[in-house]
Amino acid sequence: MADIGASTKMAHELRAVYTLWLREMTRFVTEWTRVVGALAQPLIFLLIFGIGLNSTFRGGALLPPGFSYTQFMFPGILGMSVLFTSLFSSISVIWDREFGFLKEILVAPISQSSIVLGKMLGGATQALIQGTILLLLMPFLGLWPGMVGVLKLWLIMFLIAITLSGLGLALASRMSSMEGFQMIMNFVVMPLWMLSGAFFPLQGVPSWMEFLMRIDPLTYAVDALRGVMYGSSPLAKALVAHTFSFDLTIVALLALGAFILALLLFRRGEG
Amino acid sequence: MLQVEGLEKRYGAVHAVKGISFEVREAEIFGFLGPNGAGKTTTMKMLATLVRPTAGKALVAGYDVSTQPDEVRRSIGIVFQDPSLDDRLTAAQNLRFHAMLYGVPSDVAVARVKELMEMVELQDRLQERVKTFSGGMRRRLEIARGLLHRPKVLFLDEPTAGLDTQTRMKIWGYIHELREREGVAVFMSTHYLDEAENCDRIAIIDHGEIVALDTPDGLKSQFGGDVITLMTDDPETLLAAIRERWPQLKVRPGSQGQVVVETAEGASWVPRLVEAFVHHIQAVTLSRPSLDDVFIKLTGRAIREEEASAVDRMRLQRGH
Ligand SMILES: Nc1ncnc2c1ncn2[C@@H]1O[C@H](COP(=O)(O)OP(=O)(O)OP(=O)(O)O)[C@@H](O)[C@H]1O
Ligand SMILES: [Mg+2]
Repeated sequence: MADIGASTKMAHELRAVYTLWLREMTRFVTEWTRVVGALAQPLIFLLIFGIGLNSTFRGGALLPPGFSYTQFMFPGILGMSVLFTSLFSSISVIWDREFGFLKEILVAPISQSSIVLGKMLGGATQALIQGTILLLLMPFLGLWPGMVGVLKLWLIMFLIAITLSGLGLALASRMSSMEGFQMIMNFVVMPLWMLSGAFFPLQGVPSWMEFLMRIDPLTYAVDALRGVMYGSSPLAKALVAHTFSFDLTIVALLALGAFILALLLFRRGEG
Repeated sequence: MLQVEGLEKRYGAVHAVKGISFEVREAEIFGFLGPNGAGKTTTMKMLATLVRPTAGKALVAGYDVSTQPDEVRRSIGIVFQDPSLDDRLTAAQNLRFHAMLYGVPSDVAVARVKELMEMVELQDRLQERVKTFSGGMRRRLEIARGLLHRPKVLFLDEPTAGLDTQTRMKIWGYIHELREREGVAVFMSTHYLDEAENCDRIAIIDHGEIVALDTPDGLKSQFGGDVITLMTDDPETLLAAIRERWPQLKVRPGSQGQVVVETAEGASWVPRLVEAFVHHIQAVTLSRPSLDDVFIKLTGRAIREEEASAVDRMRLQRGH
């Protein structure tokens, strides 16, 4: 058994990735209340903020005439949904450890990278499913980027999901409790998301805040989503700061960084 | 199957396992007996490649735990002390994931699952969520899961802790059946002394050290002989008389006014004692030593069953 060939070994690891992915997906389907909750949250945001703030912003300096705050907000909400779904999915490792199932995975004859990859892909798939459901709203909001646009959106969403699930996994493997994770949530993830331009644009904020927004990597993710969704409408001119390829490069580098971080920090042994 | 030499683990200042050595043979049931905190789980985790040893060497099915962890993991099955099932999934789903992780082809896995679930008498609960299982059912499911990929060595960390007597006996039944049918070596820990009698050999571990290693009978005759208890009206006189007549014999007062004689050949001493002191002795009992006696002798204390089972209950509840 020790000398199984390289290709069988590869096949075995791929099957391990698939198995871990499948478990995530089985849980996702089983826990339909969580799915509904995760879908309802962005819809509630969209509804309340969209209606509540629409009159405030309509006709102001921010929005070109004829466009709504909902249209402004939608890309940010989509990004948020992908971000939180993938993050929460990956930190389920903490629960797995708490309830013991993690040991079953750790003692299995599979490599550490397969575990990390399976978990990340599981989280990313869940995030993409939710993102895709939200994308179905686009035509009703007067946003339609075309099929190529949808593919680009998927790519960006996938990269955001990989970034956050990688980050979540790296954190979760070094954290024994949900409390520590709550701290990170409140003091790192929430501010990053608030400053990403999802709620208000870069233009017109104080310069220190503009600086923070510029170094917030999520800004580029939201910018990319906006760019694709608005296409060549006047909204794009007013709100999109960078080219798609520029945003894509940054988001892709982030995803790569998070993946490597997760691989490095996710350790098997207890020392 | 297992060759362990000078295996050692330190957690900072805590010296959890202090250089232990032993061997487990093919198809042997090897018991690891020790009180809470003795280092049983730590040893098992080192052998299962989950904890890196501080020093020493261990071969599992011929593979080194430090340098060939993948091969070791492929050769072993393990049932942890704390539950490690995904209780939001069904029993069938848990078993299926296990088979996939260990590369068991799915047609083989289906047949194995059927066979093993019949053995642990859970065949009717296959499609139910583990959440709805009792502690004993979970444990049995875990044992079945640990065997799914036909390991050469099965590690069981207190597989019967916190279970009722009936379930414990059932689990022991499976363990013996397994050894017969699959030739698997079983390395198990327990702190139930009566259970250790089911093992082929036992190592008694205390404070991270193996203090004795032998068959249950060997341990008993090595560390405690037979015990003859003499009921009498006048223990002091009897005690003195026996001491005078047979100075080499080990005699001591019992806790309730009896006289206790410890000797390797109890059966031949009973008639001699009765014959010599027939007027002083009202009743005689002869008892074989229990592992309890051995344990107390070796560690200087009894395993406190009540304490242990309170811990077990807490552990089992965590699975709910
Ligand atoms: N991760 C850890 N970090 C620090 N100390 C540890 C760790 N794991 C175990 N120990 C210590 O090592 C010693 C042995 O623990 P171990 O879990 O091996 O005991 P055990 O024989 O399995 O006991 P029990 O019957 O309670 O399960 C204990 O003193 C324990 O506190
Ligand atoms: Mg233990």
